[in-house]
Amino acid sequence: MNNRYLQKEILRISGADVSKCMRCGKCSGTCPAYDEMEYHPHQFANMVESGDIEPLLNSQSLYKCLSCFACIDRCPRGVEPAKIVEAVRLLATRKQGANHMTANDVPAIVDEDTPQQLLVSAFRKYTK
Amino acid sequence: MKVSYFPGCTLKNKAKDLDIYAYKSADVLGVTLEEIENWQCCGGVFTTANDEVATKLSSVRALKYASDKNQPLVSVCSACHNVLKQTNYAMQTNTQFADKVNRYMAEDGAYNGETEVYHYLEMLRDLVTFDTLKEKVVNVLKGKKIAAYYGCLLLRPNTVMKMDDPENPTIMEDFIRALGADAVVYAKRNECCGGYISAQSPETAKKNSQAIIENAKAAGAEMIITACPLCKYNLVKSGADIPVVYFTELLAEALGVKEDTNE
Ligand code: SF4
Ligand code: SF4
Ligand code: SF4
Ligand code: SF4
Repeated sequence: MNNRYLQKEILRISGADVSKCMRCGKCSGTCPAYDEMEYHPHQFANMVESGDIEPLLNSQSLYKCLSCFACIDRCPRGVEPAKIVEAVRLLATRKQGANHMTANDVPAIVDEDTPQQLLVSAFRKYTK
Repeated sequence: MKVSYFPGCTLKNKAKDLDIYAYKSADVLGVTLEEIENWQCCGGVFTTANDEVATKLSSVRALKYASDKNQPLVSVCSACHNVLKQTNYAMQTNTQFADKVNRYMAEDGAYNGETEVYHYLEMLRDLVTFDTLKEKVVNVLKGKKIAAYYGCLLLRPNTVMKMDDPENPTIMEDFIRALGADAVVYAKRNECCGGYISAQSPETAKKNSQAIIENAKAAGAEMIITACPLCKYNLVKSGADIPVVYFTELLAEALGVKEDTNE
């Protein structure tokens, strides 16, 4: 489906220019979360370009991105795929009840060495 | 020299060694770290979304505090540094975003990205200089083979962070050499350990971290240093059989303000 409204939202929030993508796949080749993802960084760029947004919005891939920014630095065309993933993820988590993690999950995550940074970052990325 | 210092929540808690030895070493090097009053957690990851404002205000307040004192802003944790620097860049380059932020800054006064943001390692390289550091070393770490683990957040995105060549960085190796030790260079030093994914899929973090450690060991490393509490956690949890320590611990040992770093 071609969803122009969501497409515009994603381009506005991310500031990324998907039309620059030349389909080389370097972003996905370098992505440390590649094996875990259903849709890969280059697919985020391409599907947003064609307005095929719903599958991305409903995909677990949104929560596999590590914000390592490797795809941003290594894309030869400056497409910045991580910014697109982030924009779609926010569109998903900003919906009421769409949080991907809750405080109830915390006891199972922490051990005596868990840095605060882990929880703070996880909440920032998985909830809104 | 006096600088504004943003410690971050992990450094006051699980990563105290990163903080304590940053202070002790700065003392020896003639730098006073002036902790920002009432600093608030940076949030751990910078969100690249243009319309996220509230989540970036704590960083803007820290930046504004430093600019009021006319001081550079220094932090030690890779994540804090990344968030502060990316927020500062957004304030400098995205006027629409800066306008929105400044509507919340009535009490503090408007801010437009004036502060210079340094990671502690950059402070050592650019403000203290590695030559001066070398002269202050009393405990030369001769013969120690040490691998620097950069992870992602110190270097990327490079257009913003501008710390070093993102694919062939040398700042941490130069740091290691300034302390008299041997720097071990290996391919995976700037690949991600998995970061916060260990909250949802510890196996992924373990797999990434083990690959990094194996790669460092194959290159001859006897120890790994890092600036990031989460990197350290992931590497240690994955079963590292060589010590993984904060770079400030090593620094303090070389400067004679810490006992042997080899936990
Ligand atoms: S930022 Fe996300 S999508 Fe990009 S390479 Fe890293 S993990 Fe993959
Ligand atoms: S690296 Fe850049 S140009 Fe290549 S596929 Fe990914 S987004 Fe497109
Ligand atoms: S990186 Fe973590 S510990 Fe440091 S300030 Fe940011 S959230 Fe807090
Ligand atoms: S390697 Fe992992 S923990 Fe370290 S900076 Fe990158 S994401 Fe964060």
